[in-house]
Amino acid sequence: MKPAPFHLHLPSTLDEALAVLASSSNARAIAGGQSLMPMLNLRLAGVDDLVDLNGIAQLTGIELDGEDIVFGAMTRQREIERSALVAQKLPLLSEAVSYIGHCQTRSRGTIGGSLCHLDPSAELPTVAMAMDGELTISRQGSQRQVPMRDFGLGLLSTCLQPEELLTAVRLKPWPAHSGHGFVEYGRRHGDFAVVSAAALVELAPDGTVHRSSLTLGGVAHVPCRVSAAEQMLQGRRPEPEAIKKACAQAAEIPALTDPAYPQWYRQRLAARLLERAVLRALDRVTPALTKTGP
Amino acid sequence: MTKLDAASRHDLTLHVNGRPQAVSVEPRTTLADCLRQELGLTGTHLGCEHGVCGACTVLVDGVAARSCLMLAAQAQRHQIETVESLAEGGQLNDLQQAFRELHGLQCGFCTPGILMTLTELLKYSPEGSEQEVRVALSGHICRCTGYENIVKAALATLAQRGASHGPR
Repeated sequence: MKPAPFHLHLPSTLDEALAVLASSSNARAIAGGQSLMPMLNLRLAGVDDLVDLNGIAQLTGIELDGEDIVFGAMTRQREIERSALVAQKLPLLSEAVSYIGHCQTRSRGTIGGSLCHLDPSAELPTVAMAMDGELTISRQGSQRQVPMRDFGLGLLSTCLQPEELLTAVRLKPWPAHSGHGFVEYGRRHGDFAVVSAAALVELAPDGTVHRSSLTLGGVAHVPCRVSAAEQMLQGRRPEPEAIKKACAQAAEIPALTDPAYPQWYRQRLAARLLERAVLRALDRVTPALTKTGP
Repeated sequence: MTKLDAASRHDLTLHVNGRPQAVSVEPRTTLADCLRQELGLTGTHLGCEHGVCGACTVLVDGVAARSCLMLAAQAQRHQIETVESLAEGGQLNDLQQAFRELHGLQCGFCTPGILMTLTELLKYSPEGSEQEVRVALSGHICRCTGYENIVKAALATLAQRGASHGPR
């Protein structure tokens, strides 16, 4: 199908884009268009004013700011995939990006677009949740910082107001000696995941878990942290039995349900995939450090 | 700032296959429809119109992208390449020739998109492995299920180009 008619705005600065969003009663910003364009083509979405962000140079780029990595919202998934800085500092993100759609969609798809669309099983929101991402949201004349934890309100909906734009995403790298693991299950390569799991684990010098971040996509309406499992691992030695027991907490989350993938199935996947992600993360913890344990 | 009004058609210039081309489109016109209907470049096929099937894949600044998920107006200032850019002087290029010789197509509907994805792969990963070829092809649906021969044609072209560039 073809989209219904809309006015198309082609701003070259953020201020111009924000001005349109503030003045129209039914405007939407379009980033890479890999989710919004299908919705417009299928007429699941309709807008009076479409604001194209692709001409705004100031919204692109990956920058090191102190210890943090800051992504312009319009940074393409392809650029993230190929970034040496990301591979070095944010290996969890690097691993997750290759699961997003296909190379032909990553060439246009952006980090900001993916976060704002907020599909429950999309990879980038899951990583942003896992890494306690900090989002910059702008409107005419002001901006605010929102932690990823507070960004999602429900299925495909965020705390963004109609006149606001997500402009930057800040991620804090974990220490070099921590481990990461991202796994997902989908029916075919590139399909939306049924369930995905992200794990970050940092060990103390004595080999116990100093800090962990365990996150699930595709389970709840918004990617969610499995805090119960994180707490169970805290201060423990990461033995297989302890990991299994902690990850079983993932099956306690009231999961999404549909005819193809009922709740019990997603819950089972959640526990298994989370365990796999944790084991993968532990495999990657710098070996020199784990050897110093008793 | 440019604003293109919904109700009217707009005269734009797109750079397609190395040449500036004048087109007249509505804001909602996708790049795929513009290529086919305004420029008569019907080699770009439209299957699903929501980015899944890959038939409409073209190169945008040398990188494979879905032309059904891009508006014609967004393609201004970019270099667009379609399947029509591959053959030179009526001669199939080496990739197309390999598809022909190795039976890499049956009905041919998905072929233009696949050729453009492989064109990017050949350029950016000239030493691409079978795995890389298969991952790149996963963004395309061939309902004749002729993937094996498509992979063979891609690998044959990679090998041939590698050989012509001397030993690695």
